[in-house]
Amino acid sequence: MTAATSTTPATGAVRIRAAFDAARAAKRTALVPYVVAGRPGIDACVDLVEQLVAAGADVIELGVPFSDPLADGTVIRNATRRALDDGMTVAGVLDIVRAVRACDVEVPIILMGYVNPLLAYGLEAFCADAASAGVDGLIVPDAQQLVALRSAASANGLGITMLVTPLSSEARIRELATQSTGFLYAVATTGATGARTDVADATLDLLVRARAAAAGVPVAVGFGISTPEHVARLAPHADGVIVGSALVELVEQDAAAAIARVGELAAATRTA
Amino acid sequence: MTRQAHAPAQPADALDGFRLDAHPMQEHFGPYGGSWIPEVLVPAATRIAHAWADARQDPDFLAEYAHLCRTFIGRPTPLQDAPRLTSHAGGARILLKREDLAHTGAHKINNAIGQALLAKRLGVTSVIAETGAGQHGVATATACALLGIECVVHMGSHDIERQHPNVVRMELLGATVHPVDEGTRTLTDAVSSAVRAWISDPEGTYYLIGSAVGMHPFPTMVRDLQCVIGHEARVQSLALVDQLPNAVVACVGGGSNSIGTFVPFVADEGVELHGAEAAGDGIDTPRHASSIAGGRDGVLHGAHTKLLQDDDGQVLPTHSISAGLDYPGVGPEHAQLAATGRATYHPVTDAQAMDALEVLCRTEGIIPAIESAHAIHLAVELASTRSSDEVVLVTVSGRGDKDLSSIIAWREGRLGDAR
Repeated sequence: MTAATSTTPATGAVRIRAAFDAARAAKRTALVPYVVAGRPGIDACVDLVEQLVAAGADVIELGVPFSDPLADGTVIRNATRRALDDGMTVAGVLDIVRAVRACDVEVPIILMGYVNPLLAYGLEAFCADAASAGVDGLIVPDAQQLVALRSAASANGLGITMLVTPLSSEARIRELATQSTGFLYAVATTGATGARTDVADATLDLLVRARAAAAGVPVAVGFGISTPEHVARLAPHADGVIVGSALVELVEQDAAAAIARVGELAAATRTA
Repeated sequence: MTRQAHAPAQPADALDGFRLDAHPMQEHFGPYGGSWIPEVLVPAATRIAHAWADARQDPDFLAEYAHLCRTFIGRPTPLQDAPRLTSHAGGARILLKREDLAHTGAHKINNAIGQALLAKRLGVTSVIAETGAGQHGVATATACALLGIECVVHMGSHDIERQHPNVVRMELLGATVHPVDEGTRTLTDAVSSAVRAWISDPEGTYYLIGSAVGMHPFPTMVRDLQCVIGHEARVQSLALVDQLPNAVVACVGGGSNSIGTFVPFVADEGVELHGAEAAGDGIDTPRHASSIAGGRDGVLHGAHTKLLQDDDGQVLPTHSISAGLDYPGVGPEHAQLAATGRATYHPVTDAQAMDALEVLCRTEGIIPAIESAHAIHLAVELASTRSSDEVVLVTVSGRGDKDLSSIIAWREGRLGDAR
């Protein structure tokens, strides 16, 4: 057994950090589009991800469909229901990631999903298979307390992202920031996912608190962000912006419009 | 000086001595339970957990709850002999705990009143609830009308069409029925819609859950409130038959009437506990709702529990003729009672329940809810194998008036099959 060398491949967490660092160096906030895996179809989803990256996405967040997404709004619920009706599974999501990687897409890919399908797959097996498929990080919003998930992710070089909200205490933000190995996810509002009309002061306040507590871990903001104006307003205050429901809604109507929207959003990411 | 010193002398009843903190407040029931919730829900759930930890040991809160139990719900509900049902079974003596005689016709009101009192204590102005067939919605609307709290009931638009009389009841009681037009437009979508409304305003609203399921503290809180059933039944059994029952039986969907019936007997080692799960067309078919008999460990609505799910961890659609048992999970305390063997859970099919419903009607003059008929079937089956000096106590969780359209459809369907 030879000693570990510097040729050890970078972990997912490191690649995620590098993507945020690169955006920061370019005086931009990183743009993180969220799409539901398997929408609008399996091959179409692979094409969509490839084109979102071409349009300016710095990191891709892929939603793993679950039958009972407690905290998601109507748009994402309906899209995940359609994906499940078309037969999407956890293994199917990993196939999509492999196909995306086969298209030479190199940006970090984060999977976001509820815990039950991962428990059914087996946490260890899931983290190992996800890493080998080309996944860089995980967001599992209903299992933030699950040490076994953090261990399995860490053992396989996957970054873990925790979520904080405007109602999280300072101590809670510090705790969750410490546990986050990719980036910290600041939930912009107290409601479920879904587009909103404006950016609340509470969101900016949360970002100030989260960045202070995160001690260098990038902070990305999501929930309710839909327009270039939102992105421009948040860009100076966040290391990344996550656009979910608004994009998912466009994908359900017309994937080309979603790609065009990401282009518009990318143009609004300048921080200075 | 104690409160009792000032209270007017009253004859003792079976509710006397009931305490909301008689059993420990637990987040975990062995490997089950917990708080598997997104961070957006944590502040709201934590707030309710703290409030309940405080209220459950406050003598003034208990006094107010007990007062409303007596004056509004009509507690204690009777525990009665069922001689003709006993003869029909041909074995052990069967006792009926009559929750069907509680105001609004089912045990649901015990929970709704208690949580509405907690909402008032928290100072919130609006209560949110979900409902499937409408029973929990009606109970919540009733409690909110009594206590002067605004009530919004989320209900799938498909259920609104199917359960129109309950929609009218809720509206008569001053509640707003919020139609949910997504997904299957039934209970599971109503739950998510109600939870999302709650997390949008966790300080100003209160989510009044209907069963002993979901994230901490709901399984404990609903159990504490429903334990009034088992507390009374225990006292009444000792008074009526000079002994504790040999077996206690109740139906289990989410499991609120059953956990409330069982838990006060858990420490009585000689008392067997038996739950009747909804087996629909049979647990060897895809159409059932027996989470313990047919489920695997999983996470739903914030709790780790027994769950009907496919190999990919997606929650399965369920079927039961009884809307109240038609839930893919089960309260986490039941999952633990099953795992330790302290309670035993038995699948009861639609056909068995409907036969038992007719038997109870004809032998005792009681039309039970279809939910409760599952327990009646199991009680008769258990009693038939035992000697006449044994006692089987079964909770009749609700009355069957609400089920007449299902009963009519069932009888017509069965006549159709026979042709």
